[in-house]
Amino acid sequence: MSTEGVDKGRRRFLTAATSVVGAVGAGYAITPFVMSMMPSARAQAAGAPVEADVSKLEPGQMMTVEWRGKPVWIVRRTEQNLQDLPSLDELLLDPTSDGSNQQPEYAKNPFRTREDRKDYAVLVGICTHLGCSPTYRPDIGAADLGGAEWKGGFFCPCHGSKFDLAGRVFSGVPAPKNLEVPPYMFLSETRILVGDDGGAA
Amino acid sequence: MNGMMTQLLGWVDARFPLTKMWKEHLSEYYAPKNFNFWYFFGSLALLVLVIQIVSGIFLTMSYKPDGNLAFGSVEYIMRDVDWGWLIRYTHSTGASAFFAVVYLHMFRGLMYGSYKAPRELLWIFGCLIYLALMAEAFFGYLLPWGQMSYWGAQVIVNLFSAVPFVGDELSLWIRGDFVVSDATLNRFFAFHVIAVPLVLIGLVVAHVIALHEVGSNNPDGIEIKKNKGPDGKPLDGIPFHPYYTVKDIVGVVVFLMVFFAIVFFAPEMGGFFLEHPNFEPANPLKTPLHIAPVWYFTPFYAILRAVPSIAGSAFPGVMAMGAAVVILFFLPWLDRSPVKSIRYRGLCFKVLLFLFVADFIMLGYLGMKPTTDLYKLLAQIGTVYYFVFFAALAIIPKFEKTKPVPERVTE
Repeated sequence: MSTEGVDKGRRRFLTAATSVVGAVGAGYAITPFVMSMMPSARAQAAGAPVEADVSKLEPGQMMTVEWRGKPVWIVRRTEQNLQDLPSLDELLLDPTSDGSNQQPEYAKNPFRTREDRKDYAVLVGICTHLGCSPTYRPDIGAADLGGAEWKGGFFCPCHGSKFDLAGRVFSGVPAPKNLEVPPYMFLSETRILVGDDGGAA
Repeated sequence: MNGMMTQLLGWVDARFPLTKMWKEHLSEYYAPKNFNFWYFFGSLALLVLVIQIVSGIFLTMSYKPDGNLAFGSVEYIMRDVDWGWLIRYTHSTGASAFFAVVYLHMFRGLMYGSYKAPRELLWIFGCLIYLALMAEAFFGYLLPWGQMSYWGAQVIVNLFSAVPFVGDELSLWIRGDFVVSDATLNRFFAFHVIAVPLVLIGLVVAHVIALHEVGSNNPDGIEIKKNKGPDGKPLDGIPFHPYYTVKDIVGVVVFLMVFFAIVFFAPEMGGFFLEHPNFEPANPLKTPLHIAPVWYFTPFYAILRAVPSIAGSAFPGVMAMGAAVVILFFLPWLDRSPVKSIRYRGLCFKVLLFLFVADFIMLGYLGMKPTTDLYKLLAQIGTVYYFVFFAALAIIPKFEKTKPVPERVTE
């Protein structure tokens, strides 16, 4: 084929214009495929609140309920625990929970609970490091967790992160943030609704 | 009869380059005559790929990618499907064998400088294959839907949430749910059985084409194409077929003896190939006491754990782990020494490489163990050395005393 009389500038322009339009088209074409991988309507609907009956929970005990497929812990803390919590501040990364948005506004206090019911801690039981579920270690002074410094809390077996009984992370461990406090509210003295706080947040 | 076959071949050749390809890639592909033991692992990797594809096809005939059915369907394969146990153990052992073979193949490349010019692209295709293989193994490990499958996937997917700004959305997009769930299992199945294998096969083809374009390296690191006889064929080369096809069959036989000894007598390998918590169905509410990836990922897992989080973000650890893989791609440009083979390189290179292998094995061990202060310190030292090795490759050629490289390959 003869290349005489070819306007190269015009050819380049047409090639570039076609490529740009094609790329935009490809971008649109790929969108449904990418978006189809986000949680489906059904998965989102499964995030309904769950109710927990805590009437049988003694001080020092913990129970687990499932909310959005995640474990949610409800811990009834003892008087001793509540006295110990403020004394831990120096060992913690973010004792006042100012550093991250891991709780509803009403739980932004050292106990990370609603003001009127400090004894019940409600926490999403998923480590903020890589998503393992830490174990409940209420044994005060546990030798493998720092001895006398340990006032009870949670220990993540995966990478050794430690949290106190308010879900506040210790400094110098892999987890970067305090445990998440889900929205919750008391329906009565002994019934907690997890996943809904009546719009209080 | 013979005449008819020749006629048929002629008919095909006029329409498809069959004879041409046979010659190019087998009967007239000249490979150096001094290949040693280390040159078995390329063809063995190809063999394992075939084993995995064939056993995988038959597993999908009985497996169910469903959060409620997956664990049971694997047990069904093991107990009720005729020969199902053999097919599954072949596939699970094949996964570990694939990595064992590929690690030895990569070590061969390090020893003999097989990544150096003109084989940079060949090396990069190889690195991409390694990356695809890691993805394939990761997706596949979720499918049995045991405790370790579940929590291993949970940990690895959460690595992506450490990415600044878009992390949470990104991990949500990968999972397709707020936690690892049926949606995750279903898509990992799609990736494991079709998407990644297609990529993997394409990359293997590219790897072999690139190899046959530049020609194989050898234990002396000499370009055999530089010494050609009057017939234009390399003096130190022999046709791949029949010489190396026959030699490779010896390797295949020995490999299969070891491979099936494991399949028959130690398919779990004491928890190394099939981890014990995986005999319990996935439970989203209970993390196993100790989560460790399968052995072939543990060196990188140790690097991940060794790096402390900075400013409330686990991203540095994720970055370090990613960098440990990505740095392999840059090896051809990091190593500045003109000498390819370890045989003619200085003592410092030999020491560095030996320490690198020891370091990799140490990191692999540490990645399996729970963290203690001592182990964490060792992992940190190991992580630093892992990167120091690559930096040192760029520096030592300045003062390294290499030996003269001979003109022709040695016996």
